[in-house]
Amino acid sequence: MSVEKGHLDSFKHKCCEDLYQKLYILVFPCTLTVFVIYVPQNEDTEQQIIRETFHLVSKRDENVCNFLEGGMLIGGSENRLIYRHYATLYFVFCVDSSESELGILDLIQVFVETLDKCFENVCELDLIFHVDKVHNILAEMVMGGMVLETNMNEIIIQVDAQNKMEKSEAGIAGAPARAVSAVKNMNLPEMPRNINIGDISIKVPNLPSFK
Amino acid sequence: MPAVSKGDGMRGLAVFISDIRNCKSKEAEIKRINKELANIRSKFKGDKALDGYSKKKYVCKLLFIFLLGHDIDFGHMEAVNLLSSNKYTEKQIGYLFISVLVNSNSELIRLINNAIKNDLSSRNPTFMCLALHCIANVGSREMAEAFAGEIPRILVAGDTMDSVKQSAALCLLRLYKASPDLVLMGEWTSRVVHLLNDQHMGVVTAAISLITCLSSKNPDEFKTCVSLAVSRLSRIVSSASTDLQDYTYYFVPAPWLSCKLLRLLQCYPPPEDGAVKGRLVECLETILNKAQEPPKSKKVQHSNAKNAILFEAISLIIHYDSEPNLLVRACNQLGQFLQHRETNLRYLALESMCTLASSEFSHEAVKTHIETVINALKTERDVSVRQRAADLLYAMCDRSNAKQIVAEMLSYLETADYSIREEMVLKVAILAEKYAVDYSWYVDTILNLIRIAGDYVSEEVWYRVIQIVINRDDVQGYAAKTVFEALQAPACHENMVKVGGYILGEFGNLIAGDPRSSPLVQFNLLHSKFHLCSVPTRALLLSAYIKFINLFPETKATIQEVLRSDSQIRNSDVELQQRAVEYLKLSSIASTDVLATVLEEMPPFPERESSILAKLKKKKGPGAVSVELEDGKERGELNGGGDRGGDAAIAASNASTPSPSADLLGLRSTAPVSGTTPSAGSLLVDVFSEAGPSATSAGVNDDGFLSSAPPTVASEDPAPPLPESDELLNKFVCKNNGVLFENQLLQIGIKSEYRQNLGRMYLFYGNKTSVQFVSFNTTVSCPGELQSQLNVQTKTVEPLVEGGAQVQQVINIECLTDFIDAPLLNIKFRYGGALQNISLKLPVTINKFFQPTEMAAADFFQRWKQLSQPQQEAQKIFKASHGMDTEVLKAKLLGLGTALLENVDPNPENYVCAGVIQTKAQQVGCLLRLEPNAQAQMYRLTLRSSKDTVSQRVCDLLAEQF
Repeated sequence: MSVEKGHLDSFKHKCCEDLYQKLYILVFPCTLTVFVIYVPQNEDTEQQIIRETFHLVSKRDENVCNFLEGGMLIGGSENRLIYRHYATLYFVFCVDSSESELGILDLIQVFVETLDKCFENVCELDLIFHVDKVHNILAEMVMGGMVLETNMNEIIIQVDAQNKMEKSEAGIAGAPARAVSAVKNMNLPEMPRNINIGDISIKVPNLPSFK
Repeated sequence: MPAVSKGDGMRGLAVFISDIRNCKSKEAEIKRINKELANIRSKFKGDKALDGYSKKKYVCKLLFIFLLGHDIDFGHMEAVNLLSSNKYTEKQIGYLFISVLVNSNSELIRLINNAIKNDLSSRNPTFMCLALHCIANVGSREMAEAFAGEIPRILVAGDTMDSVKQSAALCLLRLYKASPDLVLMGEWTSRVVHLLNDQHMGVVTAAISLITCLSSKNPDEFKTCVSLAVSRLSRIVSSASTDLQDYTYYFVPAPWLSCKLLRLLQCYPPPEDGAVKGRLVECLETILNKAQEPPKSKKVQHSNAKNAILFEAISLIIHYDSEPNLLVRACNQLGQFLQHRETNLRYLALESMCTLASSEFSHEAVKTHIETVINALKTERDVSVRQRAADLLYAMCDRSNAKQIVAEMLSYLETADYSIREEMVLKVAILAEKYAVDYSWYVDTILNLIRIAGDYVSEEVWYRVIQIVINRDDVQGYAAKTVFEALQAPACHENMVKVGGYILGEFGNLIAGDPRSSPLVQFNLLHSKFHLCSVPTRALLLSAYIKFINLFPETKATIQEVLRSDSQIRNSDVELQQRAVEYLKLSSIASTDVLATVLEEMPPFPERESSILAKLKKKKGPGAVSVELEDGKERGELNGGGDRGGDAAIAASNASTPSPSADLLGLRSTAPVSGTTPSAGSLLVDVFSEAGPSATSAGVNDDGFLSSAPPTVASEDPAPPLPESDELLNKFVCKNNGVLFENQLLQIGIKSEYRQNLGRMYLFYGNKTSVQFVSFNTTVSCPGELQSQLNVQTKTVEPLVEGGAQVQQVINIECLTDFIDAPLLNIKFRYGGALQNISLKLPVTINKFFQPTEMAAADFFQRWKQLSQPQQEAQKIFKASHGMDTEVLKAKLLGLGTALLENVDPNPENYVCAGVIQTKAQQVGCLLRLEPNAQAQMYRLTLRSSKDTVSQRVCDLLAEQF
């Protein structure tokens, strides 16, 4: 895993331990993994899964299929990795045979479009600094490894409602927030490209699958 | 307005994250984290009470640190405190922390459960959702115990908000999956089914996951969902792309929900109600038609969603397997996808077609795509797709195209990816065997396989080719000639040497007439490979040499010379040395007659399930080779029809359930005999006693070259009970229902009930094959003195059992007096002409006639003392062979039939039970005490009863259970 500074690759979120539902979600840029796992694993196995999955996914060419048989780590041939590649980010879901493969691809698209709406042209850094928000959004879609809602507008309504509540509770805490964005932008060597989502934003030339 | 306002929230946290990101090394990062941890710890311990905001901030920091991969051992209490906050943000962080970090720490769980309970009853939908999410994410048993009753109520209550209903449905699903015993079906179940009609599509989406899971476990209770699902599906399918508004995804109405509905329908057989079925068929046709319409959008998302539904519809059509018209249309549709430019579609089409190939209606239609599939195997850039193509070729193979497919797979093997080679080898081997009409083709194929991919040819594969060559005399000459030629290659794989050694050792004489393959030439050829081989192969070659001495006396001197050489007779490997010494002696002492007897040609192997198939199944899981088992009849070609392998052999092998690892010679389990070389004096005796025709397990030879045990001939007499029948009996001591016996042909299930001294047992005989069993006959007998102890009556069963059918037999049992042995059940039938003869012990044991007796402690001890004569007591001390889980122990003791008495034994770890055994002649009171010692993993079991034989028998039976 090519990690910029050797840290943050273990940026993961262990959400629950579900013996049955095999679904996990990884979002990989080079430096970040938002990792939600709904199967019981110990720490080491999780790290290994991340590494192996990243290895499997990142070396694949464009234009090959978006499904691949999982290794033994994710439960053998019963389970599949279904991934989508957006500029610097990989979104990987692992599902068992009871899910429709193309359906999951759509679900990833919905997730990314939702992130994009919620963060206004989402970029990697949004996901790093707002990991709790990312999880909140994901939690509106997937709960305990099961799909809760697939309608983007519905999800955004929920997220909006949460934000309103947050705002009303935060009161005058708005000022420091602006300082934070300044700090955030200042500290970073470069600002990564925005994620390109097929039909919403700027075209990035190396994305043939989303013409 | 962006939904998430960036930068809101906690400044300290953002600064901390920035700091971490700016750390130049791992050490610096750890230092920064430790500093932060110390800071948080002091804040939490400090005297000043923290306000909600700070608590939230610190808990959030802890969470972040944990996510970086560091251990967190404090802060749980603060997180739990946040749960009871009235502020959304605080509560939410608290729940997040709990979901991520809390394991089943019992004290905290109680507090958490309390907070969840408050939130669930708060009537604030946001709080309720947070609580439900937490339950779904943690999903522990404690939570299930606390909330499994509450959640169904929330789910079906009329006034619950939609978003809460959604969460409740999934939460319940999660609890059901984790602890199915705690989620009790009730009157809510029927109301859950009606959620399929809910106005809110999100509720339907969540509910359908729940219903699919519940109905796959209890199909009968949820039957009504079929018609509801069909009408919902038909409404979606026939709606215009604008009807469903938000749930329309790139012009496709509710794709996710449609897929889920089609999945749900796959839990059930086709609807019986004509109207419902008509409506469903209409839906499926519409979906197939839509695939042909021009796309409404060029975006990949549009076609993705459309095809997701299409593939699910095709799966449903394949699942029903009853509409030839739809099946063929499905097949044509998949055929189009096979050439689609989207790799994903080609992948899925190949995969779906694999299942389609096994349907009799569409098998032919699938076959028409053979060229495309072969092309995919050759040209696809993606290994996952190539793998699917190989799977499909395997599935569509039948007699008409076997040669083509096997040839293509063989040529693909030369360049195949390493990851799939072994599986490919197995598949080629199986196809070659299954569809071999002409055995020379089979032999060629396998030898080619060894040549091309020798490293991936497992033992099973080369064992199998030898089994077949030995059982078919028409191919032996050809096999000998071909291996001889193959061995002439300058470099050949060790597996080739093994096959060559074995086959020439047996059948070298068939080609010895040709001067180019005279005995000596054969021997020299084999021996030229000897030094390059591993020890097991060398051992096999030595056996081949001794066989040569028998086949070709003229080679004797040369071979003896080789055996005598220091490198053999003083070989450092015990096995090789022993063989060299023994073979040398054997060849010089024994007369030609004796040699001819000892070294006789191998008898045909008993037929059994192909070991290769077993291996592939193990590799791929049961689903992958189901095609194979369905047409078991086709395998008769090789397995049943062999004129020498004959019926007797089949019967013999089936009567003693063959082990799946069935190796070639059935002898590999024998350990090498006596580590030291036997002294010369007793040598001959040793050789004869171990390798004589009567010895079934020739100890000397790992590869069993010398053993020539004739196959046991099946007779019409009931076979002796299977060796495992005692074990099977033990399985049923504490339970009354289950599968008694199962082999490749037959499954026997049992249901039984007992009252007083009477019992009734239902036996279910299932024919697992597709061929009928004829002369099916079962008898129950009571051997020896059991005749006077048990009265057993049966009705005869129909002599014909159709393929896939099940017949039932009722057995009435009366217990006259206490007994020890079990009645014998003998089953005889003919399968493909071969007589099957199986004997088992019927699981009727004395404890089945227990009547539980409740009594108080004082009573118990009084009776215990009354039964104090030494012969009235039986006691055993034994090691635990299973876990010592309390619940399991209790279940077993209850299953025994006695009453489990609480609060009787002063030591709460111990179990005491009481019961009365009811027989016609008398009643036998019985008291039991089981003392587990968890530390030593031992039990002491004491039985006291008014009859010594009963104490002993019950004690013996029960001791096997723990």
